Amino acid sequence: MSEQLLQVRNLQTQFFTDDGIIKAVDDVSFEMARRETLGIVGESGSGKSVTSLSVMRLVLPPGRITGGEINWKGRDLRKLSEAEMRAIRGDDIAMIFQEPMTSLDPLYTVGNHIEEALRLHQNLRGDAARQRAIAALDDVGIPDAARRIDAYPHQMSGGMRQRVMIAIALSCNPDLLIADEPTTALDVTVQAKVLDLMKDLRVQRDMAIMLITHNMGLVAEMCDRVAVMHRGKIVESADVNQIFANPAHPYTRGLLRSIPTLDSAPKTPLPTLDWQPEPHQKEQSHLVEIAPRHWVSAWAA
Amino acid sequence: MLRFILKRLLLMVPLVIGISLLSFCVMQLAPGDYLDQLRGDPQIRPETIERLSQQYGLDKPKATQYVLWLVNALQGNFGPSFTYKIGVFEVIMQRVYYTLLLAVCSLIFSWSIAIPMGIYIATHRNGLADRLMNFVAFAGISLPGFFVALLAMKLAQQTGWFPVGGASSPNYEQMSWLGKVRDTGWHLLLPVLVLGTRGVSGLMRQMRGNLLDVLSENFIMAARARGLAERGVVLKHATRNAINPLITIFGYELSGLLAGAALVEIVMSWPGLGRLLLESVTGRDLYVAMGAFVMGATLLIIGNLIADVLLAVTDPRIKFS
Ligand SMILES: Nc1ncnc2c1ncn2[C@@H]1O[C@H](COP(=O)(O)OP(=O)(O)O)[C@@H](O)[C@H]1O
Ligand SMILES: [Mg+2]
Repeated sequence: MSEQLLQVRNLQTQFFTDDGIIKAVDDVSFEMARRETLGIVGESGSGKSVTSLSVMRLVLPPGRITGGEINWKGRDLRKLSEAEMRAIRGDDIAMIFQEPMTSLDPLYTVGNHIEEALRLHQNLRGDAARQRAIAALDDVGIPDAARRIDAYPHQMSGGMRQRVMIAIALSCNPDLLIADEPTTALDVTVQAKVLDLMKDLRVQRDMAIMLITHNMGLVAEMCDRVAVMHRGKIVESADVNQIFANPAHPYTRGLLRSIPTLDSAPKTPLPTLDWQPEPHQKEQSHLVEIAPRHWVSAWAA
Repeated sequence: MLRFILKRLLLMVPLVIGISLLSFCVMQLAPGDYLDQLRGDPQIRPETIERLSQQYGLDKPKATQYVLWLVNALQGNFGPSFTYKIGVFEVIMQRVYYTLLLAVCSLIFSWSIAIPMGIYIATHRNGLADRLMNFVAFAGISLPGFFVALLAMKLAQQTGWFPVGGASSPNYEQMSWLGKVRDTGWHLLLPVLVLGTRGVSGLMRQMRGNLLDVLSENFIMAARARGLAERGVVLKHATRNAINPLITIFGYELSGLLAGAALVEIVMSWPGLGRLLLESVTGRDLYVAMGAFVMGATLLIIGNLIADVLLAVTDPRIKFS
């Protein structure tokens, strides 16, 4: 077994709204090894983003992590001080988001964004930071990086901005990159390029990736393992070939039936699948190992 | 950028001429002229009035009067003041200095209070300060400006802590350089407080709203995910983005500021442009009134230009055009 990087145990994250408590993440457990790419799939609203934000401890009120452990290299992130947590964000664990068009501050150059991360985590300033930032842009395939470093976000296309986001994320050599639907907002041709870039960098940088998506085609292409989320719970998790060969959970099977052809990944969320848990099964969520490293929600196995 | 500013200044010329014509016409709305006051005075002989009338060109047809003024004005001569017996330009420049002093100090006062307070209540939402400010803002909006100004005058009179009106002490000319600054500051304090607090509550609410909007933007979460502390997130990213719309609003609210300044000037006898305008209109001092109108409009236009330039400097998305 390879070294464990992240172990999430019984994670619970809830939103305390005026209309009641929303259990966005409900008793979720998963693990990630070094250099492993884990896909988290599920329809829109199933709790994928909140799971990743919980790992970063960036869930904002009215939301709160209410239970569980998030073990990062043996330390429970929930027990760290805010300052200790900040040292991890952007350095050990970096994140890129779905909307490259709005993920950069319009009033600062792209270079300023990268240099901000370098200053925070590598204590680099001035010319040293600038040179590293140019190199970071170069690494993600931005042409003429020495000049583009002074460009403002609005002067770049969506694809280029997502490359910038990746450059920022990778500038401090994270061990884990969380990518929350990194290509959903991009054109199909640009999607392919950004994905190729992520594949290359994953090998070069020796890092693990948590890839959040609702595109099973993307999972097949990128991931080692998959966790299928539904209504805040993981209903099935397995190696990627297991999931495609032996989907055990009806919800997973439904997801697989709705795979789009690879080159026309949908921009719209998947249609809601018709599978619902039986009433008497609702309270149980224990996963059962039905094959080596293949876990399924007990009441559907 | 220089070309942009020059272009805007050139565009200003026809506008200002239009305003001068308008103010000329407004001044003609009331019957008679400045000399009518003298005509009623039995001590002044008709010949003297006749001579003055010719000297000031008041005997000519109205249209000719205006054109004569315009031709002279374009050469930098804005005509004489009937009341002060000196050139209009001199009269006005001194008043402009006092109005700008009042307006700029009030602006600095209200921004330096409203922006930090807006940031504080946005980041401590529904806290005690937020709720208290809601109340204060409500009170601030509903109290009429002249009432506050009168209240301030009453306070100055009762306590003797502040000068009751005016911009300088009688012995101002004998003071040292530092003494003059202190004296002006002391006279300025109450008018600035009255004019400055007027804008605070509105500006603060706007800052709060803008900041809350910006704080929910994706790039804010991305900055947090880079490991930036919340303080840095708010001050470096959120605040700058929240202030920019205020700069645009600033351009629009300038006229309100000048109107407010005029009110404070009149109630608190601050020798500014607004007060001069009132005096010259009631005293039928034609060219001073026209000059004051034109100067007021010019201040507005230049203020708007400054706001535009400022915005273009702070926001890379905005180009000079
Ligand atoms: N700020 C919020 N306030 C209230 N509920 C929220 C908030 N953010 C997320 N949720 C709830 O959490 C659930 C999971 O959301 P999310 O993780 O964003 O889903 P997705 O799988 O599409 O990323 C949603 O059903 C949503 O109702
Ligand atoms: Mg999401």
